[in-house]
Amino acid sequence: MTDIVRMTATQLVEEMAQGNLTSAEITRAHLDRIAEVDQDIHAYLHVDREGALATAAEADAARNTGADLPPLAGVPVAVKDVMTMRGVPTTAGSRILEGWLPPYDATVVASLRRNLMPILGKTNMDEFAMGSSTEYSAYGPTRNPWDTSRIPGGSGGGSAAALAAFEAPLAIGTDTGGSIRQPAAVTGTVGVKPTYGAVSRYGLIALASSLDQAGPCARSVRDAAMLHQAIAGHDPRDSTSLAAPVPDLVAAVREGDVRGMRIGLVTELGGEGYQPGVEQRFREAVDLLADRGAEIVEVSCPNFRYALGAYYLILPSEASSNLAKFDGMRYGLRVDDSDAGVEQVMAQTRAAGFGDEVKRRIMLGTYALSAGYYDAYYGQAQKVRTLVQRDFAAAFADCHVLISPTCPTTAFPLGEKVDDPLAMYLNDIATIPVNLAGNAALSLPVGLAPEDGLPVGLQIMAPHHEDARLYGVAAVLEGALEDTWGQPLIEKVGG
Amino acid sequence: MSAITRAEVVHLARLARLDLPDDALTHYAEQLDAILDAVAMVSEVAADDVPATSHPVPLTNVFRDDTNQPCLARAEVLAQAPAAEDGRFRVPRILDDEEPA
Repeated sequence: MTDIVRMTATQLVEEMAQGNLTSAEITRAHLDRIAEVDQDIHAYLHVDREGALATAAEADAARNTGADLPPLAGVPVAVKDVMTMRGVPTTAGSRILEGWLPPYDATVVASLRRNLMPILGKTNMDEFAMGSSTEYSAYGPTRNPWDTSRIPGGSGGGSAAALAAFEAPLAIGTDTGGSIRQPAAVTGTVGVKPTYGAVSRYGLIALASSLDQAGPCARSVRDAAMLHQAIAGHDPRDSTSLAAPVPDLVAAVREGDVRGMRIGLVTELGGEGYQPGVEQRFREAVDLLADRGAEIVEVSCPNFRYALGAYYLILPSEASSNLAKFDGMRYGLRVDDSDAGVEQVMAQTRAAGFGDEVKRRIMLGTYALSAGYYDAYYGQAQKVRTLVQRDFAAAFADCHVLISPTCPTTAFPLGEKVDDPLAMYLNDIATIPVNLAGNAALSLPVGLAPEDGLPVGLQIMAPHHEDARLYGVAAVLEGALEDTWGQPLIEKVGG
Repeated sequence: MSAITRAEVVHLARLARLDLPDDALTHYAEQLDAILDAVAMVSEVAADDVPATSHPVPLTNVFRDDTNQPCLARAEVLAQAPAAEDGRFRVPRILDDEEPA
């Protein structure tokens, strides 16, 4: 039998159903793997050994009674540290929340519990999800399992690295401008940003509320579909939660077919600034889709060139407002000179508790929202947002899905961009338009770049509420690629 | 359009409740200026007749029934507070000295 930790969630479900493995065995194998490799990878900020084993025992007991179990019952999962978990340390990668034990579960965490999925621990991330490399985590960076001198992407680099290092079969991420998709691309894994509102934001420590969306991270398209299905659905605790029923995404994987489908290549998401090996693997994948019967057309989304600018005005504006609540009064850090007044305590606490990038974005947002600049910056950015939505609407009137490289380059070396915020922001150039428009997108691995041997991701974008299309196309492409490779790409990691 | 001054950064830090040392203020003034230069491209877009979008999907306000619902346990919440007293959050003084009694 294959090593337990290298199995996909789909395989683990099958092994448990056959009675070959228990959830306790599977969970323990992953905890052992974490103990073995995480000092090198640093995917986890906190490992919840007791909690995970307790849920595993519960899942095994339920199975023994012959009860009808949720599809992923007993399969362990890792959760990005931006999701609250009752009684378990939750920091969002920040010193300001060091030691905080949330008094409630995020709805996503509650869904995982209801599905009897053991939660292995909380994964590392850029502080408050601001970054593309995990280097802005207050607790040190995560390393890319393909090459530990390189970044695992961000902000959800911990979740992606945990998958690529076989420290978890499934993980939860959040995507505000690419924080699920970009880490997936640079670690050779699959990541999905669902339609805005498809997964509850209750208990997700907010970065930018109109952009944030939680979603699944996995090592296969089918695994991602199963996890997506487990966490999606209406939540009365999130006023922006969609009321529509969750589509059958696993069926979309099974029935995937691109024959006769029009797939649009976005002209603006490629060319200058994109690494040659990224473009090469992308074009080969496009050819495979054409081989499988898709009609490939080129589409232009001219306003995408303004998306990055609009994003870095809207996001800091929303973040500066959301992060005002970290004031040292009710939870988290307080820096208190016994004699200081409340305003001074707040300012000292925030100066000590927030990292460099968080302060930068708070001040940028404060500026963009301030009197005299509001119309020129925030107001204008919101108009660009409308134009980006119109570009998508026009493209989807012509195409079933759109595709592009997920990011311009493969994983870059740790330290390369950490002191250059603008260079860091450019990593998200291809992922940001989707967040501005609120539609759905998925990244899957399409090979290794010839020049550096590192994974390349392809992004599929679908209209609002059409998340199932992502899975149908991704399943066909994944199957075609694995036919040419003879095995999943992830088998090549670490050697 | 940009050219943010150091004095403006001092003001922003005050508004954002960030107690920053002098060298950090200078550093942020330079970086914010560069970032604003880059994002100012949004002003190139002729968009006088374009409506602003604040939210990615059309939404209507939602309400729930006005009934009592369980809330978080007070002891559990206060256990996470930096300081608590008599079942409440204890905060630093909020008024200046020598306020009239």
